[in-house]
Amino acid sequence: MSDNILEMRHITKTFPGVRALNDVNFAVRRGEIHCLVGENGAGKSTLMKVLSGVYPHNEFEGEIILNGKKVEFKNIHDSEDAGIGIIYQELALVPDMSVYENIMLGHEIRRGMTIDVQEMIKKSTELLKRVRLSINPSAKIKDLGIGKRQLVEIAKALSRNVQLLILDEPTAALNEDDCQNLLDILRELKTQGVTCIMISHKLKEVLSIADTITVLRDGQTICTLSREKDVVNEQVLIRHMVGRSIENIYPPRKSHPSKDVVLEVKNWSAIDTKSGRKVLNNVNFKVYKGEVVGLSGLVGSGRTELARSIFGNPDGYIVSGDIIFKGKKQRFNHPSDAIRAGLAYATEDRKGNGLVLIKSIQENISLANLQKVSRNGIINEELDKQTAMNFVDSLSIKTPGIHQLVMNLSGGNQQKVSVAKWLFVEPDVLIFDEPTRGIDVGAKYEIYTIINDLVSKGMSIVMISSELPEILGMSDRIYVVANGTITGELDGKSATQEVIMQLATQY
Amino acid sequence: MSELGTLLKKNVREYGMYIALAVIMAVFTVLSHGVFLSSRNIVNLLNQTGYMAVLAVGMTLVIVIRHIDLSVGFLSGFLGAVAAVAMTQWNWSVGLTIVFVMGLGIVAGLLTALPVASLGVPAFVASLAGWLIYRGALMLVTASTGTIIIPNETFNALGNGYIPDLFASEVFLPSLHKTTLVIGLIAIIAYIISQVLDRRRKMQYKFEVLSSGLFVAQLIFVSVILGFITWILAGYNGLSWTIVIMLGVVLIYNFVTQRTVLGRHIYAVGGNPEAAELSGINVKKITMIVFASSGLMAAVSGILFTARLKSATPQAGQLGEMDAIAAAYIGGVSAAGGVGSIMGSLIGAIVYMSLMNGMNLLGTDISLQYIIRGLVLLLAVIFDVTTRKRAA
Repeated sequence: MSDNILEMRHITKTFPGVRALNDVNFAVRRGEIHCLVGENGAGKSTLMKVLSGVYPHNEFEGEIILNGKKVEFKNIHDSEDAGIGIIYQELALVPDMSVYENIMLGHEIRRGMTIDVQEMIKKSTELLKRVRLSINPSAKIKDLGIGKRQLVEIAKALSRNVQLLILDEPTAALNEDDCQNLLDILRELKTQGVTCIMISHKLKEVLSIADTITVLRDGQTICTLSREKDVVNEQVLIRHMVGRSIENIYPPRKSHPSKDVVLEVKNWSAIDTKSGRKVLNNVNFKVYKGEVVGLSGLVGSGRTELARSIFGNPDGYIVSGDIIFKGKKQRFNHPSDAIRAGLAYATEDRKGNGLVLIKSIQENISLANLQKVSRNGIINEELDKQTAMNFVDSLSIKTPGIHQLVMNLSGGNQQKVSVAKWLFVEPDVLIFDEPTRGIDVGAKYEIYTIINDLVSKGMSIVMISSELPEILGMSDRIYVVANGTITGELDGKSATQEVIMQLATQY
Repeated sequence: MSELGTLLKKNVREYGMYIALAVIMAVFTVLSHGVFLSSRNIVNLLNQTGYMAVLAVGMTLVIVIRHIDLSVGFLSGFLGAVAAVAMTQWNWSVGLTIVFVMGLGIVAGLLTALPVASLGVPAFVASLAGWLIYRGALMLVTASTGTIIIPNETFNALGNGYIPDLFASEVFLPSLHKTTLVIGLIAIIAYIISQVLDRRRKMQYKFEVLSSGLFVAQLIFVSVILGFITWILAGYNGLSWTIVIMLGVVLIYNFVTQRTVLGRHIYAVGGNPEAAELSGINVKKITMIVFASSGLMAAVSGILFTARLKSATPQAGQLGEMDAIAAAYIGGVSAAGGVGSIMGSLIGAIVYMSLMNGMNLLGTDISLQYIIRGLVLLLAVIFDVTTRKRAA
């Protein structure tokens, strides 16, 4: 007990409307590799942000004991000074600067007034050796692959004399060789006395490297398992990760999908031209009329890329394969083509790229289909207003009026505006990316009710979701996406969380 | 009264500009012992504003979609010189010349937009290249002759002439321009009728409207202002062609931005380009259209001041883009995108030109004039940013 480098006690962190962490206890022994697992939204990243000072000490309850002393971090610099290094999923490197400049960023070695480049390169070279990376320290970050960048990040953390290294899904974007290399380096750092906390979705990898595993679920610590004392295998972990009963939060659906296929995607592949990575690999799936199809999978598995590449490919991927929509082979070159044909896509990030926050409810709702409220390019203001008012009524959007700016609405109401916008397009298929992300339980129920209502009228919904209960509760059929391809098709009634997890963690 | 209070509070940013203009005009009128508000000076002021207001209108939409167009100053100078050459050396008619120059403006705007829209070249750089190119082109056109004098009366009238008085009379109000009075009267009546119809339609749909007392007060207030402006303009030579063109441009752009699909699309692209793209709006196309409009406005601006000077000079249009940017920002456009109105930019241009005109009347030293203009621009933007923050 005494040799714990870190103890987090009774940590509770709430966001408006959500309790992200609820009385979490978490202890890490000195010199071990401790893995943190759990579903998306279980609170893993939040817990690490609490630890690293992203959320200052007065914004959460509970205490953090580091090396036997209570610490209160006001920001990341405090935690860095205390010997905690954190490496995020999205790497925090400056692409146009060199490797050594990045490693020493913010801690440049000076000689008098000027920067001592020679000394910095020398020190960087030593650090790169520790992560077994043999590259020129003067190379630009942008010329390195993602695996090497990850190692540079670790070298950067080491330069700060890190005692406790936190890695948030370090292998999510790596290929098999880079993964193995990274895991080897973590083992080596362990022998050098560096303690690691690693968040990962890949259970095989967790089992291969962890000394201890803590499972989080719904913001609570479920268990902490030791590889030495406990029986640990994939089945045990999955059971702990998902082991909750589904409450009756899904409204019953009376309608049944028809036998007509409305959308079929065949041999669909996509390459991201910026990174050269193959984001989608030979995807095949079908959507029937009046059906809710769940696309399940972990974050980064390629679900959103799949949706966007079909929906007019705004990212400019190099795509191949066939889309057969309403019986015709189609290729949409711009989102407007897809919308015109009857395919809509509500994004996962309604604030970032779904809605125009600085504009009113009225302007957002008709944005994707202004043709319908205009003649010869001139908008019929009354018709436009009436449209918005009708949606505000029918979807019970809570707002003082249709002129309210969307940024002033709650998450659930913003999501309803987003839904209204796409309903106004009257699509045959709506791809709904994370329909209930960041909204409260009541609003979720309303969104589910809307989805049921839509399919009963013959619309088809492709629902992308990271929440397994939602996928199971809402889908007629489920496709599991992993690593840019579909790893399984399941019936919505007979599928279980365990089976989906297994398919989703298949690499 | 509380309704008026909330109305004022809600629109403090919009009204702030009008209030600022009123204050500036009042100050200059007092300091100049009334000369500033004389018919002759106001007409002169608006004639001076014309070419800048037109540039500002084009620039506003460019800034709304988060870009900038530095090329318009010298582009307008260059196009003015082309017009001069077309009429004096190629002996083209005025009509043909104007259509040709406006076409060139559109092409120039599209050329600036092409690398911006298709390759993601920053508009600052692409239009800076235009700034250099059109500066060179202007020098080239005027190289052999220097300043080109334009002898064409019809063309020059665009910058100096006034609309004819169809009801000229020696007996009835001999000192006033009767046609201008009639147009002003028609404008007031049209304004009242459109407001009443609009209110009735809104009530039919059960939309929120102003209480009838406040509505009437608003009608009277605006009518009085319109009437006052008409009276002042009629007191000199009446409406000038420059004012007519400027108002025409403002009315058309106001309509396009507020009432058309294109206008909504432009503001959506400015508000959130990615959301706009995913809503089926072709962001590239919108970018091309907005820059083409900016080029077109540069052409109109070039025609206006070339006609005003009755000649094309090698320095024409210099710093026009900066004045237009200043006017747009004084008028409340936001660099963050998606915010800014045509009316605002017109008022911004008038405020900006009032400062120059007023200080010239008072004989203020030119160096001090620049400093004061800079401070006013800064104040306007600070006011804008703080009220916007409070609103959000």
